[in-house]
Amino acid sequence: MRSAERRILRDGVAIGVAVGVIGASFGVLARTAGIDPVMACAMSALIFTGGSQFLAVTVVASGGGILAAVIGGLLLSARHIPFGLSLAPVLRGSLAKRLLSSQLVIDESTAFALSQPTAELGRRAFYTVGITLFCCWQAGTALGAFAGGAIGDPAGLGIDAAFPAGLLALMTPRLRHADARVAALTGAGLALAATPLLPAGAPILLSGLGVFAGLAVRRDGRR
Amino acid sequence: MTWPALVILALGTYAMKAAGPVVLGSRTLPDRIVALFGLLAVTLLAALVAVSTFADGGSLTLDARAVGVAAAAVAIRLGAPFVAVVVLAAATAAAVRALGG
Repeated sequence: MRSAERRILRDGVAIGVAVGVIGASFGVLARTAGIDPVMACAMSALIFTGGSQFLAVTVVASGGGILAAVIGGLLLSARHIPFGLSLAPVLRGSLAKRLLSSQLVIDESTAFALSQPTAELGRRAFYTVGITLFCCWQAGTALGAFAGGAIGDPAGLGIDAAFPAGLLALMTPRLRHADARVAALTGAGLALAATPLLPAGAPILLSGLGVFAGLAVRRDGRR
Repeated sequence: MTWPALVILALGTYAMKAAGPVVLGSRTLPDRIVALFGLLAVTLLAALVAVSTFADGGSLTLDARAVGVAAAAVAIRLGAPFVAVVVLAAATAAAVRALGG
């Protein structure tokens, strides 16, 4: 148990720091798009989900209009509903604590928490990643938004590959089970097939249908 | 970006994050339901990995990102620690770009 807790602390902090660099990339992008640094920081603190933040800023920067930015951002955020549902056993406690913890429900904290063998370790993983990442995300955004010109754009460092790679590393333990592997592969295939057809965010939601493929495997396994 | 738009996006996103923890709360759900939600979340995360690797706006591409993520997948397979996986992915993608890929 002890070593499992140490590993969670080590990996959780590493994730937070790595994602902080993506936060800096967001700050630089917001600055380039002419968004006030204070507003960029408020976005990171209040919205706190990278995908929707990047999408909203990109839409505004390309002259897409505020309404399109908000709708696009919300569509991309909708995956947090099932994330929250899956984390319910991990996020026990008083209503106040659950309300506060909800802001930390993001891709990385969900992936890391669900990869743990027990709910207790899942809770530890969720808070370690959630809190470290929240702090690093704010620091990164502020650095990028206020000092963007001085640090240059970290996007050139291959940051766009770091996000999917990190997420994949976090969820890999979960993919040891055949049903999860089949559901994940089916979902990924569905999302890619739908990408040219649907607006950003919708393919991710559609991928949820992959669950049925996973359930079929599970039923087969029992027979 | 305007402040009202920011607040609407923030409140909407928060409501979606909080829906599960607040509604399900401290109720103990049947194991089958918990497993189903877990499977659903993993499926969506996998889709997110795929889309972040291969999508460029509304089209699919095979670029430096894919090479970086492929290198990461090999490193994960070999049991590399998290930090090494992420650094390798970023460095590989950056190297491919520097070489004009």
